[in-house]
Amino acid sequence: MRARTPAAGTDDLDPTVPMVRARDLSLSFGATPALRGASVAVAAGELLAVMGPSGSGKSTLLHCLAGILVPDAGEVHLAGRRIDDLGEDERSALRRRRFGFVFQSGQLVPELTAEENVALPLLLGGTKRAPAIAEARAWLERMGLDDLGGRRSGELSGGQAQRVALARGLVATPDVVFADEPTGSLDSLAGEQVMELLVGAVRDRGTTVVLVTHDARVAAYADREVIVRDGRVATTVAVPG
Amino acid sequence: MSVPLALLGLLEREPSHGYDLKREYDAVFGRGKPLPFGQVYATLGRLARDGKVVAEAEPGAGPDRKRYVITEDGVTELEAWLAQPVPPEPHLQSTLFVKVVLALMSGRPAEEYLDVQRAAHMARMRELTELRRSSSLVDALLADHGLFHLEADLRWIDLTASRLAALAAEVRP
Repeated sequence: MRARTPAAGTDDLDPTVPMVRARDLSLSFGATPALRGASVAVAAGELLAVMGPSGSGKSTLLHCLAGILVPDAGEVHLAGRRIDDLGEDERSALRRRRFGFVFQSGQLVPELTAEENVALPLLLGGTKRAPAIAEARAWLERMGLDDLGGRRSGELSGGQAQRVALARGLVATPDVVFADEPTGSLDSLAGEQVMELLVGAVRDRGTTVVLVTHDARVAAYADREVIVRDGRVATTVAVPG
Repeated sequence: MSVPLALLGLLEREPSHGYDLKREYDAVFGRGKPLPFGQVYATLGRLARDGKVVAEAEPGAGPDRKRYVITEDGVTELEAWLAQPVPPEPHLQSTLFVKVVLALMSGRPAEEYLDVQRAAHMARMRELTELRRSSSLVDALLADHGLFHLEADLRWIDLTASRLAALAAEVRP
């Protein structure tokens, strides 16, 4: 793993404690088990790829790590603090303050412009409109979209929309970015641009990333990959000499 | 081996000396594996013998100072080579295929072998991705070529892994 400095502005980060840790997570949807004892640890500043066949439970695992879903059994810790037993309001606040999200597609609010979409996490966090929009513009510029801030999502290409979504996921300087197939709807070149921007931004800040992908070329941007099979995280294998 | 054709391609742009040709080849195609001078002159000698280039001695220069010019035959050969598709070579699949089938036939843990292979492929893909991020577009293009091939192998590995039980039933005596 590459050495990283912990994200600025967080006072509870001990580099020896994993930023995200899940122990023996189980979760069923009705009678269908999605997770069956999944355990994983992500170091501070690490970019971890979560791979696995369709239906293996990798997105469910991400949703549990991010406090979107609550596991039936097992524990989730953020920088050493348990978060799966928090109430919905506390988890919601945690997601807003400390996590950034990037999904496959369709995540922008269609009624808002690109820069309003990017500014949204800041506005929800109490930042005033003018500085929030200014920060959003700076991020759009970084994403190579400085001319498109006034457009709505319907007026953007798939690659542009995904870069707006990436800016929105990063604008509030989260400790952890959760990305679920962030390039899944893009062609190779647009996908590469999104991954370059994501990796560039998180390496600068030492942000931790959990990246779910079925695409090996996307996973190759990560420091390490784990495979989810049948609701469990497969043991990482060592490559002989 | 495409060195003679690459040299023809460089000579088509403009006539050149062996030394300059080597430098140009190394800069564009060498990628850390420079062409030995001996190979440059041997290749140019063969191309001249076969009528693909002519060597013009430069007046007043030393005995080795030759300027190479591509011939019409050389251009025809270059064009034919450029238009010809490269033979598709599924090289890894054949070796790994034999390993997987042998493992299944003998009751060995084929899935573990595939996991180790997957991890090795991913490690190489990380190296190439890092190389691509830190290099010129020409190097990035080469890295992409490697990445897409490794990705294709990985897809075969994943598909095979998901079919191991059925495969075992088919190949076990």
